[in-house]
Amino acid sequence: MSQAATAATPAHAAPRSGGNLGDTIFEWACRGSGVLVLALLGAIIVELFIAGMPAFRAFGIEFLWSTDWDPVQEVFGAGVSIYGTIVTAVLAILLAVPLAFGVAFYLTELAPAWLRGPVGTAIELLAAVPSIIYGMWGFFVIAPAFAAHLQPWIIDNFGALPLIGFLFQGAPFGTGIFTAAFILAIMILPFIAATMRDVFLQVPPVYKESSYGLGATTWEVMRGVVLPYTRVSVVGGIMLGLGRALGETMAVTFVIGNANRISTSLFGPGNTIASLVALEFGESETGSLKLASLLALGFILFVLSFIVLATSRYLLRSRLKA
Amino acid sequence: MSSTTETGTTETGNQSFGGVQARSEVALNPPRIAIKNLDFFYGDNRALKSIDFNIPERQVTGMIGPSGCGKSTLLRVLNRMYSLYPGQRATGEAMIDGMNIVGHDTDLNALRAKIGMVFQKPTPFPMTIYENIAFGIRLHEKLSRAQMDERIEWALSRAAIWDEVKDRLDASALGLSGGQQQRLCIARTIAVRPEVILFDEPTSALDPISTLKIEELIDELKRDFTIVIVTHNMQQAARCADQVAFFYLGELIEVAPAAQMFTAPKHAKTQEYITGRFG
Amino acid sequence: MSISLSAGAVPGPRKDPEVAAALGRRRKRVDIIIRSLCVGATLVGLAFLASILITLTYRGFEAMNLRVFTEVTAPPGSEGGLLNAIVGSLIQASLGTLIGTPIGMLVGTYLAEYARGSKFGNLVRFVSDILLSAPSILIGLFVYQILVLPFGGFSGWAGVVALAVIVIPVVVRTTEDMLTLIPNTLREAVIGLGSPKWKMIVFICWKSALSGIITGILLAIARVAGETAPLLFTSLGNNAWSVDLTKPMASLPIAIYSMAGSPFEDWIALAWAGALLITLGVLSLNILARTLLRGRK
Repeated sequence: MSQAATAATPAHAAPRSGGNLGDTIFEWACRGSGVLVLALLGAIIVELFIAGMPAFRAFGIEFLWSTDWDPVQEVFGAGVSIYGTIVTAVLAILLAVPLAFGVAFYLTELAPAWLRGPVGTAIELLAAVPSIIYGMWGFFVIAPAFAAHLQPWIIDNFGALPLIGFLFQGAPFGTGIFTAAFILAIMILPFIAATMRDVFLQVPPVYKESSYGLGATTWEVMRGVVLPYTRVSVVGGIMLGLGRALGETMAVTFVIGNANRISTSLFGPGNTIASLVALEFGESETGSLKLASLLALGFILFVLSFIVLATSRYLLRSRLKA
Repeated sequence: MSSTTETGTTETGNQSFGGVQARSEVALNPPRIAIKNLDFFYGDNRALKSIDFNIPERQVTGMIGPSGCGKSTLLRVLNRMYSLYPGQRATGEAMIDGMNIVGHDTDLNALRAKIGMVFQKPTPFPMTIYENIAFGIRLHEKLSRAQMDERIEWALSRAAIWDEVKDRLDASALGLSGGQQQRLCIARTIAVRPEVILFDEPTSALDPISTLKIEELIDELKRDFTIVIVTHNMQQAARCADQVAFFYLGELIEVAPAAQMFTAPKHAKTQEYITGRFG
Repeated sequence: MSISLSAGAVPGPRKDPEVAAALGRRRKRVDIIIRSLCVGATLVGLAFLASILITLTYRGFEAMNLRVFTEVTAPPGSEGGLLNAIVGSLIQASLGTLIGTPIGMLVGTYLAEYARGSKFGNLVRFVSDILLSAPSILIGLFVYQILVLPFGGFSGWAGVVALAVIVIPVVVRTTEDMLTLIPNTLREAVIGLGSPKWKMIVFICWKSALSGIITGILLAIARVAGETAPLLFTSLGNNAWSVDLTKPMASLPIAIYSMAGSPFEDWIALAWAGALLITLGVLSLNILARTLLRGRK
């Protein structure tokens, strides 16, 4: 077969190809839409930055780590919410990744063939549930359960330990950073699991077969062949989950406790950028410094997400080509 | 077919070379397409070198040669298929009715209505059998419903598939078998009434019975259309072609009437290829 | 050259069957432990899904009655429903999808048919992927800046635009994926008949990829139907009946958000009813999309 068929798809050729008006219009419509998408992202970045400018100008670079949030005095800082955003997201990853790996391993190697479809679909449905549902579930089911059982137990048993005891202090309200991270973890679990499952399935069977042929157990094949082969993509998938966790609003807002201070205990209340913006937006006047600060926070969140998502995409690029 | 090695005379009295039996000598018609000094480039790579030959009208020209020799490339030059891909270009001349196929100002849509192509892999469109044929016609002509029906029946009949599909013109074309799909594609191509039909290894994806049907079809079609067929199957070239062109490494090594090509090839390379020494 | 077959030819200690067996038992134990952990992890995941669905069904059905569909939201204590929120969600989600889908399809077509491998195309694809996973609250803030502030008020249109922005990258991704699956030979066959490129794309390629594209649209609808954050700053929500897109407009997620966070029992019950409605809608759309996609394969 000709070489041409394996080359790039039919692209736009030299202009004098019979000059069809329909072709020109259609191509410019498509190309224009592409430009529109670029413009959209650019506009978002620019708008958030401009709107947040007053806050940056008023507070300078210290805005990034200041833990003040005083609407009366009009002093605002991003410290608390940035801390909350990062801590909840990282904690969520720590909780979700082992679970996600277990699910992905199960779906690709352990489950009987007839079970793989339904279980896989069920996990994917978890991803489809809107975040506000997670928020409600978290607030009405998980938080009371934590308050009644989990938190007292942990505080009693681990709160007095040296070195790490400070993490488990405070009254067991059921809400707080840990609860928010927990809900986030359940939310991002299906995304990470699906990515892992997809990349595990891409390992050519011949690699696994040669390992089995030496007498390796399933876990050894996973550890020795599949994970090294898919290492980069797995990290990419984890970063994708991280990116989502950073920006989640509704799942977190209900249970994070909405306090503008950094607490050292995992069970203490806090704020993420998203939850702070969601909660305080309604009470901010247009043109006020508070609103500008909230928008500045939005800009910071965007930068954070962008870095994480871009990294994730870079790591997953081989999967994108497949 | 009897088998002989090297030169020899077969039972039917036709001379054969390398076991390939050609039919008797036939005079070649005046040229429909005149190719002069044609070069083709994939980027900087010169894939076709100074091709000079003529394609006689209403006869079958077969293009043979080992993989990568440029025969498919040349075929795809003739309907400017390469224009879809950046970095591919042709220089020189390929004249049909005073128009240069590879020229800058050629109206490509009109060219492709004049020079149609049937591909190696059957490509039925995701629509009904009727619509498959109508699609191409509507690009170039405005026909009434009755005229359209008539043309579609004509095309499907000439492609020897009418009887098999006449009761299910509204069925999806994707439900046909491979051989039927290929004949559908042939019907689709001739429905726009081209003057030249290019066949790019049309039977290599088909079973022997479908292959035979299509070869018979080509024999029929040449009464009205000029045919160029690329094939890697020499026996097929011998069965179908009136003129055969042998390509090697982007060059036209030899072109001759089929009978002569397979009985007394002039060039050493041609002899080697036909006797199976390589390729 | 003769190869010595004596045992001494292979260097090192002889293979000890005892050691091998012991190693084998230990390895097997590790394997079983890990396997159980993985099954456990899956069960945990499924348990959470079950918990969510069960809670929703239980609490949602408890609160479900005809009122939910016929009455507009009313102050706590009076017997209100979710009619305005349901209608508002339907309006905003469908309009948002209606606006976002054509743009998304054109971009996806651009990526698959005009710009494969080009730098500009890669940039567009990159940006589209970023938008796909970007926090939706930021989309809301952005639309607030450009459509709410300049026009002096929250509006249904702003909500529609915010949802459209979310729809676009979803449709881009599915359209591009579906179009790249189409083999080039089909494209060449269409061009070979003398068809202009745009007809090839619209009448053949889009048609071939139709079920995949529809799947993408369904998934997009499911996604925007459940979004709360972008609507917080755009259409705001409305406790009264309104289908005026130039004014604030109610939506189910916003209604749930404001009611669930309130201290009123009947409002919380309504919130659960709304939550059940949204989840049923979203999950049905997802299952429908999945079945469509599977049918095509």
